[in-house]
Amino acid sequence: MPTPIHRDDVGQMLAEGAQLVDVLPADEYAAEHLAGAVSIPLKTLDATTTTGLDRDRPVIVYCWDYQ
Amino acid sequence: MSPRAASRLESLRFSRVFDYVAGEADWLAFALPTEGTKTDQPRAGPVTRVDVPTCRLTDWLSDVRDKVRAAGWESCIVVNERGVVLGRVRGDALEGHSARTAEEVMRAGPATVRPNEPLGSLVQRMRNRNVDSIVVTTPDGVLVGVLRRTDAERRLEQQETTI
Repeated sequence: MPTPIHRDDVGQMLAEGAQLVDVLPADEYAAEHLAGAVSIPLKTLDATTTTGLDRDRPVIVYCWDYQ
Repeated sequence: MSPRAASRLESLRFSRVFDYVAGEADWLAFALPTEGTKTDQPRAGPVTRVDVPTCRLTDWLSDVRDKVRAAGWESCIVVNERGVVLGRVRGDALEGHSARTAEEVMRAGPATVRPNEPLGSLVQRMRNRNVDSIVVTTPDGVLVGVLRRTDAERRLEQQETTI
């Protein structure tokens, strides 16, 4: 089960090598996203679009808010 | 959306998946680093004055008044021990009897905005409601400062002249 994390954890985990994935639509990612995030919109999330992610490192996903 | 994405990643056999559930809205509200084409739009944070005087619920109004005048402000923000905004003392309330407390004269629960609020729409709302200043807090209610509409309008004018 995915682990919910807090803002402070994000910074710490990124410093330790975690990967950050923005799952919002591509145009929203282009407008603004967390520094260092890659874009994989939820609608496109599959085995092909995730090939760029390293399975040996933690992956943090985020969208706009709690929705 | 992110819980579904996190679960989908697990179904794709990613074993260490974490969900930043508060998301981009939370990140922006704390003015943390971002990238993209819209990052240069003016926001409330940079024009927020952080030197606004603060007081506690039990402070005497005479002390609050002295503090406000010494600081050259027209209001004082009432906060708790964690800096969470509880109220605002301004205007006629500041001129009340000295033996009253901030709690007795404050306006409780003032309207607040976050530091990432885009200035253009914020200024428009402030004009529509004839508001000359507004309290800026983090999402958890901790005081950042006070934004004056004149400061925000000046910042927007600067933006227009540089385009």
